[in-house]
Amino acid sequence: MERDSIFDYDRSKKTTGVIKKLMPCLKGYGRYTVFSIFTIIIEAVFEMLIPLIMKVLIDTGIEEAKAGNYAPVFKYGGIMIALALLSLFFGAISARLAAISSTGFVTGLRSKVFNKIQSFSFSNMDKFSTASLITRLTNDASMIQNAFHISIRIGIRAPVLLIVATILTITINAKLSLIFAFALPVLGVTFALLASIAFPRLKKMLEEYDSMNAGVQENLIGIRVIKAFVSQKREKESFNKKSDRVKDAGIAAESLLILMQPISMLVIYAVMLAVGYFGGTMIMNGAMSAGDFTSFLSYIAQILMSVIMISLTFMQLVLSRASMARVIEVIDEEPYITDDNNDPDLTVKDGSIEFNNVSFAYGEGLNVLCDINLRIEPGETVGIIGGTGSAKTTLVQLIPRLYDVKSGSVKVGGVDVRDYKLKNLRDAVSMVLQKNVLFSGTIEENLRWGKHDATMNEIIEAAKIAQAHDFIMSFPNGYQTDLGQGGVNVSGGQKQRLTIARALLKSPKVLILDDSTSAVDTNTDANIRKALKEKTKDLTTIIIAQRVNSIMEADKIVVLNEGRIADIGKHDELLRRCEIYREVYSSQTREVG
Amino acid sequence: MDKQKNQKQPAFQKQKIKKGTIKRLLGYFKPYSIALLAVVVLIIIASVASILGTYLLKPIVDNAASGAPVWSKFIRDLILLAVAYLLSVAATYAYAAIMVPISNGILNNVRKELFSHLQELPLNYYDTHTHGDLMSLFTNDTDAMREMIANGVPQIITSLLRVAGVFIAMLILSPALTAITLLMLFIMLRVVSVLAQRSSKYFKNRQADLAKVNGYMEEMIEGQKVIKVFCHENEVAKEFTKLNEDLRQSAANASISSGVLMPIMGNLSYTLFAVTAMVGVLLAAMGNSTLFGLSIGITIGTLTSFLQYTRNFSQPIVQLSQQFQSIMSALAGAGRIFDLLDEKPEEDSGTVTLIQAKEVDGCLIESDTCTGKWAWKRGDEYIPLRGDVRLNNVTFSYDGKVNVLKNVSFYAKPGQKIALVGSTGAGKTTITNLINRFYDIQEGTITFDGIDIKEIKKSDLRRSLGIVLQDTHLFTGTVRENIRYGNPLATDEEVEEAAKLSNAHFFITHLPQGYDTVLTADGANLSQGQRQLLAIARVAVANPPVLILDEATSSIDTRTEALIERGMDKLMHGRTVFVIAHRLSTVRNADAILVLENGEIIERGSHEELLAQKGRYYKLYTGAFELE
Repeated sequence: MERDSIFDYDRSKKTTGVIKKLMPCLKGYGRYTVFSIFTIIIEAVFEMLIPLIMKVLIDTGIEEAKAGNYAPVFKYGGIMIALALLSLFFGAISARLAAISSTGFVTGLRSKVFNKIQSFSFSNMDKFSTASLITRLTNDASMIQNAFHISIRIGIRAPVLLIVATILTITINAKLSLIFAFALPVLGVTFALLASIAFPRLKKMLEEYDSMNAGVQENLIGIRVIKAFVSQKREKESFNKKSDRVKDAGIAAESLLILMQPISMLVIYAVMLAVGYFGGTMIMNGAMSAGDFTSFLSYIAQILMSVIMISLTFMQLVLSRASMARVIEVIDEEPYITDDNNDPDLTVKDGSIEFNNVSFAYGEGLNVLCDINLRIEPGETVGIIGGTGSAKTTLVQLIPRLYDVKSGSVKVGGVDVRDYKLKNLRDAVSMVLQKNVLFSGTIEENLRWGKHDATMNEIIEAAKIAQAHDFIMSFPNGYQTDLGQGGVNVSGGQKQRLTIARALLKSPKVLILDDSTSAVDTNTDANIRKALKEKTKDLTTIIIAQRVNSIMEADKIVVLNEGRIADIGKHDELLRRCEIYREVYSSQTREVG
Repeated sequence: MDKQKNQKQPAFQKQKIKKGTIKRLLGYFKPYSIALLAVVVLIIIASVASILGTYLLKPIVDNAASGAPVWSKFIRDLILLAVAYLLSVAATYAYAAIMVPISNGILNNVRKELFSHLQELPLNYYDTHTHGDLMSLFTNDTDAMREMIANGVPQIITSLLRVAGVFIAMLILSPALTAITLLMLFIMLRVVSVLAQRSSKYFKNRQADLAKVNGYMEEMIEGQKVIKVFCHENEVAKEFTKLNEDLRQSAANASISSGVLMPIMGNLSYTLFAVTAMVGVLLAAMGNSTLFGLSIGITIGTLTSFLQYTRNFSQPIVQLSQQFQSIMSALAGAGRIFDLLDEKPEEDSGTVTLIQAKEVDGCLIESDTCTGKWAWKRGDEYIPLRGDVRLNNVTFSYDGKVNVLKNVSFYAKPGQKIALVGSTGAGKTTITNLINRFYDIQEGTITFDGIDIKEIKKSDLRRSLGIVLQDTHLFTGTVRENIRYGNPLATDEEVEEAAKLSNAHFFITHLPQGYDTVLTADGANLSQGQRQLLAIARVAVANPPVLILDEATSSIDTRTEALIERGMDKLMHGRTVFVIAHRLSTVRNADAILVLENGEIIERGSHEELLAQKGRYYKLYTGAFELE
């Protein structure tokens, strides 16, 4: 697992870079975001105006009321309520817009990441584990959404409140507002200091947390092995260690974070005291009215609250950086195999296949295939046989260009596979994978993967060749039988035959069966091969099999050994001259008289 | 994995709070009760001090604005204010500092208890719960609990105290204004509850759509390679876009409904503020008027403080209503955690233990060192472990409805190799699951050296059985660690010896870092066959008296299998071995072959005998019958 790289913040250290990368996800919702910011500003301004009116209300309203004139009180009171209602209106609208834009954003984000994964080649997929890709699409995406939502709601609102409130305090009493000139920097520096110590600790906590969860996940997957080996005690010990580490890291981080509230309270209270002292003396000297003083106090609370909100938002953003980094890692991943510049009209002419001096290695590893030279004529049936780890699967995966060769070339229909559009190539080269998957849905829907607009007759035809028709019809719902997630409702052998039928529906020029009949009995296996031969004359068929029976009648048998071709020939020839083949054969046939 | 019992729990569980959850949750606080008492006291001090602070502002303003201010009173009031503030800050820090280790400690205990209990649950619990559901106990549910313990509880106490304190102070200042405030508050709370109801409906829809999107993503990413092979990327993307858009709409609705709550509450409290100010100004203007004999007149200073309170009053109430949602979800999470803790662990009432034995004067005695000789210890009696396994009239059902095994009887004499063949679902794997008591039988008995396996301590029973499971799970770690999993005490030499025995040594030495190559759980870097070789080595190093090989060599080519066989023969020598295999060449040389169908043994005998019978086995062998 690349769990170390998950917390590699440094890779996307530049926040501007992060924003630039995630910005396109907002497509279609940009104007919502802009309007939401706009309305938030309006709402914030209203919120600041209300105490201002209140000051007028107290200062002039009371005086007038004392003189028996009640009208101003209701005038200003009415204005205040009107402002509050207007502010409510804009607030509700901005909340609505913010919700729409943040959900729109995360929808765009998910879609971008998911589509990116669709463009991945096999090597890209090998790099990320399935579980980690899913986490990125689920947990990380919602972390980022939260950060986005908070940024536009509070991240915009708080600074606006701060600025407006500061201006207002200055207009009320410039001298008194000088107190902020001391208080704000103190608060800012303390927070910055606190944050710089706390962030590494938070990061550490998240890492520990992640490692603990990974441990649990693996434990769940391997529970049978764990129980069979009676290693629960070991597992518990290892979990307890991890859980303790989470606890310790949590305490280390939180002991710092809890300082934030008392410190900001301390500063707020100090300012309050200072305002109480200086403001009080000003009132005594007649330099300030009681109403001004009241307004001033409420703005102080506002300003300091804003500062705290800004710092909290900032922290949230930094915390979500880990998620952003993980998502961006996927977005930035370059597909190893692309076909952008290839001619879309170039289609596969026939089922001939040619390997010229092919070598291949996974990633930076050692060569798995060396000096492969092989020519297969259209319509031929070719068997591939070889020991565990002899790179049989690797060899055939090069034909539909699931991986690119390291050196040499693979040609299908006389053209290098790298010159075709992938769709054109893979439509012509149909491969049944060893670790195959059926999807939730009916049998018919699954078979239609091969050909979207296939007629029912075509589907039945393909199922018949794959010897699947009879058992499908034995189900009460026939082709409409629901397979359940991952095809849990059919047996291994049935699943294999369905995947063969699915591959056949493409009407390919090359069919590759990678150990695709291992769970099918020998008789059915033979029937499939027979049907293939009869019904699909020009189809080049490549069969990887453990059973010699499955490939004995092939036009050509390739014996692979440790990534090299040991021999090519017909069954009889190989039996005569190839020792490996003889051993394989005899290991399966001895004692049979 | 078992196919027949993969019933998923509904993805979205209703947030129903069970009775007793709160009480049980409080139980975790018990070890910290003294510290928690201190926390509550400190929270009270902090809240009272901060309310006092607001209250103390009034005399300062009144004094200053009185026209004849008293300087010494002014200073004294300020000092009092400072003391109150300092007290509040100190108490706030102190309770937070005490809470940090407590909340982390409680969670740590909950997690450990959860995990430890999880390890002891019977396998059918795992069969009926998805990994996602179980993982979410460790992530979402404990998170919600952490949120509640660390922030929720202190905040609720603070909020309640504040509301109460401010209410009293307001009442003292002006009962008339207080009545108005209460009326407004009532309206606010009605609005909130109506909105909250609507929003919970939206949240349910969002949850359901989210489950759909996540399920789709999971399935498609798992089947990504098939998608590539079929060039199905565009179709998948199209379907995803549709689901994603559905989710966007329901998520937006949910988010809007909860988002508007804040401006509504905030601005209603402004309206409250304005109304209070209007009425307050009127009252102040009236001077010392009375209503029903009560003085309702107020001073400007009183109004100033009262207005402060108005905000202080509505704020904690807004907070409380927001906290409510998170507390409900924390309690729901805690309920799910408790549900798991209430699951009955695997039953294990066995008393017979497995020991290393040595023979002294013809008698078996227990040995501290590894002798390679095993014995069962029942009370004071020692029974040599011979590997005699018998099933007598065993009937078993996973779900209590369909019998997977029906009246199955057979025996394996010490040192015999018994093969089980038959279609998928015939009950082969089930038999091995019963011998090691992954599941308990409903009828009949299984004996091991004459002892009912229910009398044998489960861990010792399993230790005596070496199992290579059908799906070979390897752990994240090096090759060496994975092999050593079978026996943590094995030396490097023993590990390599086991690898050679299973024919894995050769490919391991060809890995980039040899035995120190790190394997990932997905194991993308090994072929299926290579993984099986490692799983066999893992069992070999455990050196168990009885072996069960469940399709252990299905992905290994026959030539390699023949090579392993030499090692395996050595491994199996003198041991009882159960082999389940699809490939008949694998089972050919077994002492007895049992052919299972629909949970019953339909044929038994040696390879030659069964061929001579010309029954099902013969048909299987000659390829006339389909195995699946």
